Amino acid sequence: MIKGMKKIYLSLIILFLYAPIIVLVIFSFNESKNRNVWTGFSLKWYAELFRDRDILSALKYTFIIAIIAAVVSTLIGTLASIGMFRLKKFSFNLVKNVTYIPVLNPDIVTGISLMLLFVFLQFEMGFVTMLLSHITFCIPYVILSVLPKLKQTDISVYEAAQDLGATPMTALWKVVIPEIRPGIVTGFLLAFTLSVDDFVISYFTSGNGVENLSMVVFSMARKGINPTINALSTLLFVLVMSLLLVINKKNKESLF
Amino acid sequence: MGKKSYGSPYFVWMSIFIIVPMFLVLYYAFTIQTDQGMVFSLDNIKRIAEPLYIKVFVRSLVLALESTAICLLIAYPAAMILADKKFSKSTTFLVMIVLPMWMNFLLRTYSWLSLLENNGLINKLVISLGFERMQLMYNEGAVVLGMVYNFLPFMILPIYSVLVKIDNNVIEAARDLGCTSFGVFKKITVPLSLPGVLSGITMVFMPAISTFIISRLLSGGKVSLIGNVIEQQFLVLGDWGFGSALSLVLMVFILISMAFINKGSSGYEGGIL
Repeated sequence: MIKGMKKIYLSLIILFLYAPIIVLVIFSFNESKNRNVWTGFSLKWYAELFRDRDILSALKYTFIIAIIAAVVSTLIGTLASIGMFRLKKFSFNLVKNVTYIPVLNPDIVTGISLMLLFVFLQFEMGFVTMLLSHITFCIPYVILSVLPKLKQTDISVYEAAQDLGATPMTALWKVVIPEIRPGIVTGFLLAFTLSVDDFVISYFTSGNGVENLSMVVFSMARKGINPTINALSTLLFVLVMSLLLVINKKNKESLF
Repeated sequence: MGKKSYGSPYFVWMSIFIIVPMFLVLYYAFTIQTDQGMVFSLDNIKRIAEPLYIKVFVRSLVLALESTAICLLIAYPAAMILADKKFSKSTTFLVMIVLPMWMNFLLRTYSWLSLLENNGLINKLVISLGFERMQLMYNEGAVVLGMVYNFLPFMILPIYSVLVKIDNNVIEAARDLGCTSFGVFKKITVPLSLPGVLSGITMVFMPAISTFIISRLLSGGKVSLIGNVIEQQFLVLGDWGFGSALSLVLMVFILISMAFINKGSSGYEGGIL
């Protein structure tokens, strides 16, 4: 009895979380453009999707920016964590606190502060400014995932490698990097997801027709959304779900 | 390990893209444009005290607190069920709670329109059952709903992760010593879960108080929060000074609440487990 109640309670929460998603998926197959009336099953929005230039270009920008931002921030962030480790306590804490600023600041404040910077530097808003902003808000997450791993690393192994004739570079590459790899991978994935999902910071730091998916959704929301975007999100959702299932099957560890 | 110089690219990056922008916000907040160029002034800060903006601040605070409280009320029992070792389906439910977060949040929020609109699905259902049409959108309730919807997983997950670590022996010991179920909940579960609760509160309250999209999409611009005012100052009115002043106040506000929350949690770090 109580067990049944527990299941019902959790199911209600799941229903709440999925209600809009279900509606979105169902209406991606609706023939009519109107989101309140069901006129019949159709795949036309999926066909339309591959002809919609706005959406395709947003998809392109979203992924190009996410990939570059994730790679660059992982590189800079990993090196930064290793470098930070050698700093004296005061400088270490200073750098760490500054690193926390973009994490703790509301997105809107990060967004406007970067916008002020680009105006000050007289950069033209567009692809480059958006990319720079994405790298900026991704690096702290990389650092925060690499630093704890670095703390667990035994420094004597690194020293032993050098005693045995490895150059500092080789020792770093063969000893330290493998040790902190899980942190680097987490940081990379975090950076990638945050970049793909970002709206607020992109909204303030982009321009010249460079839009990511969230921005297209936002501008569509004003004009009345077009079911093509429903079709796209259905596809993306199915893609992410299958990816997660594959990863989950591959390593029996849970998602968290 | 490695050299200090490995950090240099980041230290330069950080100075340009984190520190300088913060100073620019400060600069714009404390200056006004005059004939002699930009001069120091407290006008922008003083303007925040106008009743209109005080109202906006209070509204943002109240709505963020309401949604945090609702999230906590829904999430705590859910996390308790999920953390229960006798409950076999918890992995499935956890995966299902996390999955929606992988979908664009603007889209998920936007989809609520089809449910909440005047001739949306909920109202159709309500009318077919013979009740009056309800006004579900364009009000504060809709904004709170959007916040709870978007941030609920951020409350469930941290509470779950502390509850699942509670040593069952402690609970059994308390039972052996004659503690009632409610006593166990009050004296063991709640105190030990406090760090999770506090980080859940942070993760819901912070984005809730600074959002401008949820209020924009679900209230159609009728409910204005701090985020909306800041956005408007920068992108519509072009008053960067006042926009910066508002951002500064928002930042300070968040820092104070963080300090407050951290103070609450630090007392428990040296706890019994």
